[in-house]
Amino acid sequence: MAKLTLTINGEVRSAEVPPGAFLADVLRETFGLTGTKIGCNEAECGICTVLVDGVPVNSCIYPALKANGAHVQTVEGLAQNGKLHPLQQAFIDHGAVQCGFCTPGLLMTAKALLDQNPNPTEDDIKHALKDTYCRCTGYVSVINAIRDAAARLRGEPPIPPSLPHTKEPLRFVGRPLPRPDAVAKVTGAAKYTDDYVFPNMLHGATLRAGIPHARIKRIDTSKAKALPGVVAVLTHEDVPGRKNHGLVYEDWPVLCYDKVRYVGDAVAIVAAETRAIAEQALKLIEVEYEPLPVVDDPVAALAPDAPKVHEQGNLLKHIHVEKGDIDQGFAEADVIVEGEYQTATTEHAFLEPECSIGRVTEDGRIEVYVGSQIPYADRRQVANALGVPEDRVRIIGMLIGGGFGGKEDIAGQIHAALLAKATGRPVKILYRRSESLIFHPKRHAVKFKVKVGAKRDGTFTAMRIELWGDTGAYASLGDKVMTRAATHASGPYEVPHVKIDCYAVYTNNVPAGAFRGFGVTQSAFAIESAIDELAHRLGISPIEIRRKNALRVGSVTNTGAVIRESVGLLECIARVEQALQAEGTPWVFRKPDKPNKVYAWGFAAAYKNTGLGGGAPDRSEVEVEAFEDGSAEVRTSAAEIGQGLVGVLASIAAEELGVPYERVRVLLSDTDLTPDGGPTTASRQTYVTGNAARLASIKLRERLASVAAEMLDVPVDHLRFEDGYVRCNGKAVSFAEVVRQAHAEGIHTRLSHLYEAPKTQPLGTGGDMHFAFSYAAQAALVEVDLETGEVNCLKVISATDVGRAINPLALQGQIEGGIVMCLGNALTEEFIQEKGIPYTNRFARYKMPSIRHTPQIVSFIVEDPAAEGPYGAKGVGEISSIPTTPAITNAIFAATGVRVRKLPVDQDALLRAMRAQKAELAGSG
Amino acid sequence: MREAYLIPDTLEAAAALLAEHGGRARVVGGGTDYFVDEAHNGAPILIDVTRLRGLREIREAEGYVLIGCGVTHAQIVASPLIQRGGTALVEACGQIGGPQVRNVATLAGNIAHALPAADGTLALLALGGEIQVAWHADGALHTEWWPLARAFKGPGQSAVDSTRQIIAAMRFKPTGANEASAFARVMRPQGVALPIMGLAARVQFDAEGRIAAASIATGPAGPVPFRALQTEAFLIGRTLSEVTLNEAAQVLLQEVHLRTSPHRATAEYRREVLPVLLRRALTRCAARARGELITA
Repeated sequence: MAKLTLTINGEVRSAEVPPGAFLADVLRETFGLTGTKIGCNEAECGICTVLVDGVPVNSCIYPALKANGAHVQTVEGLAQNGKLHPLQQAFIDHGAVQCGFCTPGLLMTAKALLDQNPNPTEDDIKHALKDTYCRCTGYVSVINAIRDAAARLRGEPPIPPSLPHTKEPLRFVGRPLPRPDAVAKVTGAAKYTDDYVFPNMLHGATLRAGIPHARIKRIDTSKAKALPGVVAVLTHEDVPGRKNHGLVYEDWPVLCYDKVRYVGDAVAIVAAETRAIAEQALKLIEVEYEPLPVVDDPVAALAPDAPKVHEQGNLLKHIHVEKGDIDQGFAEADVIVEGEYQTATTEHAFLEPECSIGRVTEDGRIEVYVGSQIPYADRRQVANALGVPEDRVRIIGMLIGGGFGGKEDIAGQIHAALLAKATGRPVKILYRRSESLIFHPKRHAVKFKVKVGAKRDGTFTAMRIELWGDTGAYASLGDKVMTRAATHASGPYEVPHVKIDCYAVYTNNVPAGAFRGFGVTQSAFAIESAIDELAHRLGISPIEIRRKNALRVGSVTNTGAVIRESVGLLECIARVEQALQAEGTPWVFRKPDKPNKVYAWGFAAAYKNTGLGGGAPDRSEVEVEAFEDGSAEVRTSAAEIGQGLVGVLASIAAEELGVPYERVRVLLSDTDLTPDGGPTTASRQTYVTGNAARLASIKLRERLASVAAEMLDVPVDHLRFEDGYVRCNGKAVSFAEVVRQAHAEGIHTRLSHLYEAPKTQPLGTGGDMHFAFSYAAQAALVEVDLETGEVNCLKVISATDVGRAINPLALQGQIEGGIVMCLGNALTEEFIQEKGIPYTNRFARYKMPSIRHTPQIVSFIVEDPAAEGPYGAKGVGEISSIPTTPAITNAIFAATGVRVRKLPVDQDALLRAMRAQKAELAGSG
Repeated sequence: MREAYLIPDTLEAAAALLAEHGGRARVVGGGTDYFVDEAHNGAPILIDVTRLRGLREIREAEGYVLIGCGVTHAQIVASPLIQRGGTALVEACGQIGGPQVRNVATLAGNIAHALPAADGTLALLALGGEIQVAWHADGALHTEWWPLARAFKGPGQSAVDSTRQIIAAMRFKPTGANEASAFARVMRPQGVALPIMGLAARVQFDAEGRIAAASIATGPAGPVPFRALQTEAFLIGRTLSEVTLNEAAQVLLQEVHLRTSPHRATAEYRREVLPVLLRRALTRCAARARGELITA
């Protein structure tokens, strides 16, 4: 140990630290300053940024002893005397805080910038924040917030947030209210799972297979068990209950027993006094494998002689969609285009790596602390593995540092519970970034064959589409994802004749599962590219061909559903078209001062279901309670992954109960205290849990109304609940008094409502497969360097039909974040695997968009209400992240004549294709 | 397990500590590369050489610009001396990482890492840089200036033994009248966070606008950072015309060994962009030498 003395946020602190310690660990563990987060341990993501003697550094790899004698500033030191720093306030006001995990790093990097440069340009901001990543916001709000804070610090008036135009708000619904958790997130007070420490806590670590396919011959843990400091080493023999877990199919071993099917498979787990000892113990576990042949491609995996990943074969699911008569459709076509497309495996790159803490309570129950998207599914799977009834397990949801679908499956929840039970002590399992990358399910890589037929006027006659989705070693949600990919594969258009065959296939790659867009991101790329090609062939504008075929009221989808309402697609297309006209640039153009660049627009449209659909019961239960102090609490198990659900639920309860927004608390995801809100997936929470909250609040209001009516001696239906009062004809009684009176009369002011969304039909049975869809149209402007093939997306014009904007600020964040994530899907992101071995085993090998990639975003909101949705709202979480990729790749075609058929766009291949095309043109000319 | 992290304050002390620990200790600079790969080569004792007296700054000495081993990329980017006399180095160092990395990472560390396409290394190579190697033997400190090229044995393999020797400083002769330098690179937005091709040039023109001296470094074009000697020779005596640029590009493509590196770039692509980088760097040199573009 070595002596370290430094000044942190103005206070001199000393400690004995290990010579190898890094500053971030010392700040967090020794000094308890957990506002500084660790995202990667490799100086890539920048979220651990603190200031050392005024300059920003990545504290995750900054030797602690190097800070000896230095002045260190962390996020906890930004607010002074209880007053937020202008940067903190601006981040809240502009909605630059979503999941909040990267927020401290962004704030500290921005602080360093403003200390040096009080009036930064957008370029200055992008330069300074280049290596500080955020996965939620898309950075637009971050840039605006920093400019606003700079103005405030210069003593100028604040710059208001730029918000989309939306419908006239109600009292709370429709207003850009700040997130209830925003202050905690900008001050560093917000605690995520790894920020919790229990007395006597052990640290767990997981032995991963490291090879993609092998039979396990022998596991010997004796040397690991003998290592001082190791408390438990467990293998499959120590799993008392079910040996497999899984959200839909139970095919994923808790700890592998016969085979390993991908490199991230868990073979053994260790609990030890320190993390270092636990990791050292992993190296002492001997596992003897008999390697098996590896299959890493979904098409190859369907060959009869392909190595079998699972006994029953490699086909997880064949999904078939058929409408009309495909042969007739192509016979009627004047033009047919055919093409093959391929999307990449991509990574959620949520900035908070997975963390679980398991704990045994005094009465022998198991608690798991975890940031999970589906707490009740966690409870079921943990209980099953432990072999105990579900009510013996309690999942306690923590703040979640980003999810995007990547925190739906089990990560360390079961392992932490097993180790806690085995040792009788709390056990924390925190994944390193390198482990998170190779372990958790990804976005499916999908191969497409697309054939589209149309009349000369652009009317679609037929679409034949085949899809092969690589679902990796375990099912996860692969069946559901690929079903969504298939049913959305013909795009948001009415097509009379459709035939789609989709195969979800097991391989020895890292599993694939839920990821924002849920299969539709992939199929939109294929179909929107094909339609672009068709338009080009027919000489019709890419906008016109989509307008001609767009779904509208009365249209029949490819699954046979009749669209009866809330289809704002035509309006989305029109809004983007108008904005494009206002731009005043040609579709393709050059700039005199940039001789080596060409600029072009691309266009795409999309739709995305709200809710589970396909006949699955889609329910959410919400409990609402009114308190004698006039406040209320909303409780449900639904995940706040940054998207803003807490604010949505608070504003709905405030709206219906007539209490101030600030007086509504939202308690999420504690399976002992909050009823089941269902999974946070499929853009369903605002609709389903929002409705449950609305109806529970209305029920509670009605119950309170009868009490208030007696107190005021007026008829019930004349009462108005507003501003924390119940009023009628000039008489008023406070909400708090009504609650007190109710209690005095023995009336409970806590009730719950189980909302069930409209019934849907399974695929193949006709009728409504989904109860609502959201729609979007986008145009993207790209700049292509003709000498290097480099592509930049400069601007995105977007229009999104969300039914109703419940909170325009949060909505804007969802849209900007979705666009930038989808820009990454087009231009930067690929999780690379070679014969089942991830090449992308650290963040330095996975490029998600940085602030430098952020385009200018012009966003329009279309509110075509869904009759059953809360206030007309439908899903918004995914839709914006779907059309951006094809809008960009279609723009690249317009700029270069090269059709992108494989994602992500590869400047190397693009340049060579441009050269080849030029040579071909020269040859034919 | 790390036994010690030592931060000596003189070069003598640092060299003596290395000698004392006989191979169990190694030198570390900013550590932004080292700590990421540490799992593979964790020395028990680290000697941090970023706080050595006299070696934390940039100064002029005997006609050279001298950069101490503690100097960070951020310091280089902000240095008027280097902006003026070694613009290529400013351009290269300004593109490495974000501010968090540039505030910590040192140029000496960049050189010690010995990657064939390291931005700062290429720029210093084109500038005709040298490194001062220091070590402790027989109870005394020894130092020796090496031409930069001598520092590289192979990809990631430095000729400077970091368990025995310290890169104490770097130096180059600043560009003078009618002379300038520039750096250009192409990154790939996917995959590895390494440039797929970089090129630095230093060019001096005579009074008639003909090239009087040229030095060009590029990479990855072989196992170590590559000096394009044939291209340099070709350029001498020529004006920077369209014809010269095209012909120089052909000479350059003849003398380099471009290969395909998986997940980074194809050899074919590198052949396409290398002439682009040469053109961009040389035209920027010419503009700067004419006084049109002074800084990066």
